[in-house]
Amino acid sequence: MLEVENLSKSFGGLKAVSNATLQVPEGSIVGLLGPNGAGKTTCFTMIAGFTKPDSGSVRLRGKDITGLAPHHICNLGMIRTFQIVQPFAGLTVEENIAVGAYLHHHERKEAMAVARDVGKRLGMGTLLDRPASALTIAGRKRLELARALATGAKLLLLDEVMAGLIPTEINEIVGIIRQIRDEGHTFLMIEHVMQAVMSLAETAYVLNQGVMIAHGTPRDLVRDPAVVEAYLGHGAAQRLQEDDHA
Amino acid sequence: MMKLNSTGQVVLILVAVAYLLGVYFISSPVWMGFTINALIVAVLALSWNVTGGFGGLSSFGHAVLYGTGAYTSAILQVTYGVNAWVALVAGIAMAAAVGGFIGALAFRYGVKGSYFALVTLAFAEVFRICAASFDFAGGGSGLQLKLAPGISNIQFADRTVLYTFLLAIVVLVMLLTAWIKYSRFGAYLVAVRENEDAARALGIDTYRIKVLAMAVSGAFGGLAGVLYLQLWLFIDSSIAYGSSVSIEALIGPIIGGAGTVWGPVLGTLGLHLIGEGAKTLLSNAPGLNFVLYAVVLICALRFMPNGLVGLAGRIGPFAKKESKDA
Amino acid sequence: MSTLILPAVISGLMMGAVYALVALGLTLIYGVLHIINFAHGSLLMLALYAVYFLNTYLGIDPYLAIPIVLPVFFALGYALQRGLIGPMSSGSEQNVLLITLAVSIIIENLALYFWTSNTRNIDIPYVYDTVELFGAFIPFGRVIAFFGALAVVPLLWLFMAKTRTGSAIRAVAIEKRGAELVGIDVNHTYAICFGIGTACVALAACLLLPTFYVTPQVGYTFVLVAFTTVVLGGMGSLVGALVAGLLLGVIESLCGLFLGDSLGQIGIFIAFILILLLKPSGIMGKAP
Ligand SMILES: Nc1ncnc2c1ncn2[C@@H]1O[C@H](COP(=O)(O)OP(=O)(O)O)[C@@H](O)[C@H]1O
Ligand SMILES: [Mg+2]
Repeated sequence: MLEVENLSKSFGGLKAVSNATLQVPEGSIVGLLGPNGAGKTTCFTMIAGFTKPDSGSVRLRGKDITGLAPHHICNLGMIRTFQIVQPFAGLTVEENIAVGAYLHHHERKEAMAVARDVGKRLGMGTLLDRPASALTIAGRKRLELARALATGAKLLLLDEVMAGLIPTEINEIVGIIRQIRDEGHTFLMIEHVMQAVMSLAETAYVLNQGVMIAHGTPRDLVRDPAVVEAYLGHGAAQRLQEDDHA
Repeated sequence: MMKLNSTGQVVLILVAVAYLLGVYFISSPVWMGFTINALIVAVLALSWNVTGGFGGLSSFGHAVLYGTGAYTSAILQVTYGVNAWVALVAGIAMAAAVGGFIGALAFRYGVKGSYFALVTLAFAEVFRICAASFDFAGGGSGLQLKLAPGISNIQFADRTVLYTFLLAIVVLVMLLTAWIKYSRFGAYLVAVRENEDAARALGIDTYRIKVLAMAVSGAFGGLAGVLYLQLWLFIDSSIAYGSSVSIEALIGPIIGGAGTVWGPVLGTLGLHLIGEGAKTLLSNAPGLNFVLYAVVLICALRFMPNGLVGLAGRIGPFAKKESKDA
Repeated sequence: MSTLILPAVISGLMMGAVYALVALGLTLIYGVLHIINFAHGSLLMLALYAVYFLNTYLGIDPYLAIPIVLPVFFALGYALQRGLIGPMSSGSEQNVLLITLAVSIIIENLALYFWTSNTRNIDIPYVYDTVELFGAFIPFGRVIAFFGALAVVPLLWLFMAKTRTGSAIRAVAIEKRGAELVGIDVNHTYAICFGIGTACVALAACLLLPTFYVTPQVGYTFVLVAFTTVVLGGMGSLVGALVAGLLLGVIESLCGLFLGDSLGQIGIFIAFILILLLKPSGIMGKAP
């Protein structure tokens, strides 16, 4: 469904992403892992049209969308959420979700109905009339997801929707994401919470210092020395192995 | 049409309506005259409210729209003998075009926040200097319409008829504002105000929405300018494009409640009442009403962030915290 | 025509130095407080009246008025920031702009009420003795203003680089929270900075009035010119403000030469619009 090829981006002298390539098949949940500052969010901003890549291409359902504006890309059915949540703080939860719903429902009545429906499906039924500014972190993360879903987009790029949540909240959102996937959506998700990735993603990519260093099932990846080193520092893989033998 | 949330807002609106209708019965030319002025400013305030209120695009130069409406209509009528109604439509269209043009230019280059305020201000100045310098705009001496009372010339000999006409226009512009507020366009405009990045991610062409808002605001602002012209039959560069026009445009909505339907009208009426009261007390000192406006503005910014409407929304049994609906 | 251009450039440079001085205050305030002070022009107008009254009623020479007007306006600026703008704006950029707009409305309309819209100037004969510079005959007062304004840039730079207060201001400008943590009183520093900015305006008034005039509206013209200068020079950059001020003085003077006096002013505003659209980072600054 999504094919990213050799995507690169530098900020000044810093190569934030270099030659990143990844594929997301329709109906799957794909993880994008990597330590802080690896360039994951930068990948998302390029894929979703927020920044132009220096080189490389992005194709959505075979159509080249490299460099298109975010609203065009959203209209084509792909949407990103923000790692640092960006609610419309002055609006209610329902109104927030309705902004997404307006994309394909031009009448206020319909948009509001869709918003309420999506809100309820994501377990926000009792929060609909609350101002978005009054939500907890978990609530805001869920609102990001709800708004994105309300646009009718089929491919959702989630940027750390589980960061900062407690385990019960994580379990809830894992269930929700799985349910949405079963309804016919596709996910590419940046995630730090390994447990969540392990249980959700079929495959995952690992980015380190802007370079894609591994690709495989989450189970394989955690045993990959390169991945372990990226996360835990130089020599870590070897130390772990020595610990195992000891 | 409107979802009212609290007794406070209902009372506030009833008082305003009672006042506007009461003017018919007081039969005082002073009250009538001053309310007529306030109604024209209210249209200008509703114009600022579209961009500044819903869109969070605070302009310091709304005179550029007001003046363009007034000048377009005046030039067409004085120089080309065009009918007043046609000139009115042309004035509105021209102001909308100027609004759209300024928006297209400013937003194309990503101007926002305080910079947008300054750009609009500079445009108003450029237009003012041009109007004062070019002969087809009357130059330094301004433009004078021929006195020719009659509906076909939008000139009303009878003040009550004039008042009714203006009241109807204010109601019309409020209805349009309510329509904007509850439409997809309005929702998108508010989304742009609250968080432009999030809006873009959700599929909104924020550039287009902002330019459109400037054009709509231009139409309302141009209308206000034409109304001023039809009332006084005279404009010059500082009446049309002066900084006091731009100040009046923004002060009413901020005090009344920006991004609401009633706020700009309530704020403008309230301010003009205070200003008029001060004038009577201080024997018509020029400019002192503006001093008062500014003091009220400072207090409003500090103590009622959502204006009168927001304040009233917190009073009464259905009160909501920080309600913006009215 | 070409024989007129050089004199126009020279006299534009003289005026430009005063623009630069006014803009220095504005850019200092912007650079540290990150706010746009819309009342800057009105404060200049107020200072011009102060110099005018000191001269007219007490016979004080405008240049000798500097040690009186400067501290008074420093205190005024300090009080304005500490007592009004800081506490009333609740920290929002939009509110600061609106509050300083309100302050300028108040100052201007009170001036109109008390002092009427009459144009006033002072009569200091010696400032009109002309000095010949490259074929241009420049009033002595303008030459003083030019060098006076130029002298402020290194002085301000020295102050910022060498004094304790200067380093506190720089610290607050770069990293407000960090400065707070090491014990710098941020509100006090902000107000000091606002005071210095206002003092710049007072100095400009002393240098300007001998060859200029004052009306309640005069600030409005200057505030836009000052904004243009600040944006062109790069928000917060002292040297940038100086270069930009000189440049704008020349632009205005040349527009006046080619378009006539009334339309000539337009040059400044069009320059402003173009600069805001095309290069909001200015000649010396980084992106805002
Ligand atoms: N707009 C930007 N300007 C300059 N550097 C940036 C910008 N955005 C990200 N970076 C840098 O790029 C690198 C990758 O950042 P990011 O994509 O946010 O990483 P991740 O999401 O994997 O934690 C970081 O070093 C970050 O500082
Ligand atoms: Mg990230």
